[in-house]
Amino acid sequence: MTLDWAFLLITAVNLVAVIGLLLNLGGVLTWVERKQAAVMANRIGANRCYIPVPVPAKAPGGGWKVRWSKRFTLVGLFHAIADGMKMLTKEDYTPPFVNRFIYNLAPFIAFVTVFATFAVIPFGGPVEPARLLDGPLLSGIGALDGARAWLAGFFGDGSGAARTFRLQLADLDIGVLYVFAVSGTGVFAAALAGWSSNNKFSLLGGLRASAQMISYEVALGLSVIGLFLIHGTVDLGRIVDQQQSLWMWGIVLQPHMFFLFLAANIAENKRIPFDMPEGESELVAGYFTEYSAMKMGMFMMSEFVAIAVIAGLVTTLFFGGYHVPFLYDDGFHFGESVVPLSHLTVVVLRLASFTLKVLVLCWFQILIRWTLPKFRYDQVMRLGWKMLLPISLANLVLTAGIAQIVNAR
Amino acid sequence: MASPHLPGLKDFEVRDDPAYPFPHRYRLARTEEEREEEELDTRMIINIGPSHPAMHGTIKMVVELDGETITAVDVIPGYLHRGFEKEAEAHTYNQVIPYTDRLNYCSPLINNFGYCETVEKLFEVKVPERCEYVRVIMSELSRITDHLTAVGAALMELGAMTAFLYMIEQRDYLWEHIAHVTGARMTQSYARVGGLARDVTPDWLERTRTLFREQLVPRLQDIHGLLDRNRIFIDRMRGVGIVSREDAINYGFTGPVLRSTGVQLDCRRYSPYSIYDRFEFDVPTGKYGDNYDRYFVRMREMEESIRIVEQAIDSIPGGPIRVDDARVSLPPKAEVYGNIEALMNHFKLIMEGPRPPAGEKYHAVEGGNGELGFYVVSDGTGRPYKCRVRPPSFIHMGGIHLMLLGHQVADIVPVFGQINMIGGECDR
Repeated sequence: MTLDWAFLLITAVNLVAVIGLLLNLGGVLTWVERKQAAVMANRIGANRCYIPVPVPAKAPGGGWKVRWSKRFTLVGLFHAIADGMKMLTKEDYTPPFVNRFIYNLAPFIAFVTVFATFAVIPFGGPVEPARLLDGPLLSGIGALDGARAWLAGFFGDGSGAARTFRLQLADLDIGVLYVFAVSGTGVFAAALAGWSSNNKFSLLGGLRASAQMISYEVALGLSVIGLFLIHGTVDLGRIVDQQQSLWMWGIVLQPHMFFLFLAANIAENKRIPFDMPEGESELVAGYFTEYSAMKMGMFMMSEFVAIAVIAGLVTTLFFGGYHVPFLYDDGFHFGESVVPLSHLTVVVLRLASFTLKVLVLCWFQILIRWTLPKFRYDQVMRLGWKMLLPISLANLVLTAGIAQIVNAR
Repeated sequence: MASPHLPGLKDFEVRDDPAYPFPHRYRLARTEEEREEEELDTRMIINIGPSHPAMHGTIKMVVELDGETITAVDVIPGYLHRGFEKEAEAHTYNQVIPYTDRLNYCSPLINNFGYCETVEKLFEVKVPERCEYVRVIMSELSRITDHLTAVGAALMELGAMTAFLYMIEQRDYLWEHIAHVTGARMTQSYARVGGLARDVTPDWLERTRTLFREQLVPRLQDIHGLLDRNRIFIDRMRGVGIVSREDAINYGFTGPVLRSTGVQLDCRRYSPYSIYDRFEFDVPTGKYGDNYDRYFVRMREMEESIRIVEQAIDSIPGGPIRVDDARVSLPPKAEVYGNIEALMNHFKLIMEGPRPPAGEKYHAVEGGNGELGFYVVSDGTGRPYKCRVRPPSFIHMGGIHLMLLGHQVADIVPVFGQINMIGGECDR
C-alpha cells in the first residue's frame, strides 16, 4: 500500500488552517469582546498596548536623534498578544491542597475538546487542485504552466482524472454525533477542575457545570434532529451540500430551532446569561477559582475558541455552511442567467462566506453576553428541562410527521 | 399608622396589603440552639467574604448551604471600622466634616449636610434661604448618584455589565458636575456649620438642567427599556429577598428597603427637615418588598429627585450662603485683616472650633439608603463630646438573613446589592 501523499498534504493544510484559524480567532475574540463591550457601553476600550515606532527628531544641540515617541496601537489589537504573554509568563501557582494530577489535567481537557469539535466542520467548498490555476486571468500566464502541470499530476488519481478534496479536517459519517460526543466530554473539564481544586466555590461551580452541561446536551441534540430528518443524514458535509439553495438553509427550514440551538450552545459554553458554573459574582470564578497563569488562560481561551466553534457549527447547520446564495460550482446562477466564475474564485468566495458568517455569529454571541443579565442556577435548569426540551421534542414530532408526508408523496 | 420607633411624628401612609403572591420563604429560620444541635449532614458551611467580589466594601457572611439553598446566614460586619465616632471627639466641629464624607461615599454630600444640620440644631441657628436651596439641590444630586451606584452595582453582579456602565457613566457626569462647585468628585467636604463652602453660579444651575435633559433622563429611560420587562431580570429579582412589612418595621429598616414593602416612610416627608416641605414630590413605594420593588423604588426616586432639583432651581433665591453669626461663620477676609475682633474670632473658630451651647440633638436626614441620623452631644467646648451616627446600612445588615433564608446562593448577590450596604457607613 502506498501513501496517499496528496491526501496527506491536503489534510496537513486543513489542519494548519483549522488550528491557525481557531487559535487566532480565539485570540482576536478576546479583543473583540473588549472592544465591542466598550462600544456598547459608550467607552473607548482596549487601546493601551502599543509598539513604539522610532521617529527622527531634532536634537537640542543640532543634528538628529531617534525618539520612540510614536505609538503604533493598531486599535488595541496587541492586547490579545499582551494577554497571552502575561499569562504565559506569570507564576503558575498550584495550591498545595489540590489533587495535582486531575488539577493539571482539567484545563487540557477543556482545550482539546473544543478544538476537536471543529474537525468535522466543513469550512470551504470542494476543491479540485488541478483546476485551481484555470480561469480567464490566470490561464493566460504561461509562467504558471509548470505549476499547473504539477498540480494536475500530484493531485490526479493516476488515470488522468482530477480528484476533489473537501476543506474539512475529518469527513466523518457520524458528523454531528461526533460533535455532541466531543463537546459532551468537555463537561469533564469543568467537573474535574471543580472537584480537584478542593475549594468550596470550585466545588459548587463544578457541580453546576456538570448539571448544566449535561442538561443542555439533551436539548442541544434534540433541537437539530429535525434538521437531520429533513436532510436525511448527520454528516455535516452532506448537510451543507443540501443547503446549496437558500430555501434549504436551516434558518429557513427550522428558524425556531436556531434560537434553541444557539441558546443550548451558549449554555454549553457557560457564558452569560448561562455562566452559572463561573458565577463570577457569587462563586468568585467558579470551577477555575484555584487556577492561575496559563492554566486559567486555557480555560479562558477554550471559552473564546468555543465561541468560534459554536459559530462554525451554527453556520454549518443553519446558515448553509460555506455556501453563498446563488453561487454554484461554476458561478452565480440567477434563474436562467449565469455569471461564470473560475474555480479559484469560487473556492475563495466560499471560504470568505464561511468566515464572514462565523464572524457575524461570534459578534452576535458577544452581543448577547453584554446585553443580558444572567440566570440563576435553578432557572437555568428549569429553562433547559421545562422549556427547551419540550419545545425540541414537539418540534421533533412535528418535523417527523411533515417529513413522513413529504417523503410519501 | 403611627411610627412605632419614632412616636409623635407625622403619621405615614401604608398602602393596602395586596394578596401576597410569593411564599414567605424565610419561615425556614431556625434558632441558634436548634442549629447547633443539628448535624451538618448534607449541608456545607461556606465563608463569603470579607474578600469576595460580591461583598462590596468588606463584610463577611458565613452561609450554611444545603445544596444551593441557604439555610442559615451569619453576617459579620466591622472590617471597615475606622473609629469615626471616636475620632470625631478629638476634632473641632468643622474638622469632623471631611470624616462624614467617608461614611456613605456614594452620596457624601448628604452626610455632610446631615452632620452640619445637627450641629446647627445645637447652635439653634437657621441657615440662609439660598443655602437651604443649594443643600437640597446637592442632596438630591447625591441621592441620584447613590441610587445610580446601587442599582448599577446590583446589575453588574447580575451580569448586566452594559447597564451598569450606562449608570456609572451618568454617575460620573453628575460627580463631575458637582465637582465644578465643590472642587472634588467624591470627598467633597462642601458643607460648613452654618452654611456652605462655596456658592453656586446661575450658569451651573442651568447646566444642571441641561445635564438632566440631555444625559440622565434619556439614559434612565434606556435602563428601564433594558431591564423592566426583561424576563431574566424579573426572574432574578421578583420574589427574591422578600421582607415583610412587619419585619421591616420591627428591624428598623428605612429607605428604599422599607419603602419597597409599601410603607411610605421618608424623612423628607414625615419629618420635613431643611425646606423639603416646600417641594412637590412623591414617595414611591413598592408592593411586595422584594428586589424588583427595591430596584423600582430607586429608579422612581431618581425621577423624584430630578423633580425636586428642578423645582429648587426654579425658585432659588439670592443672598448669602452662610449664616451671619459670629459663633459659627468665619468673618470675611477683609474684616480679618482689617480689625482685631474679626481676627480673634477667626483664630478662635479655627483653633477651638465653633462652640455650641451644651446639650444634645438628634437629627435625621434621608440618606441614599435610608434614615441617616446624627446624634451629637455638646459639652460647650469646640469639640463634640459624642458624635453618634445611625447608619441605615448597619441596621439593614441586622435583618439581611430574613431576605436570604431559603433562597439560592446566587441570590445573595442581588439581595445584597439592592440593600446597597456601604462599608464606610455600616462600619464607620
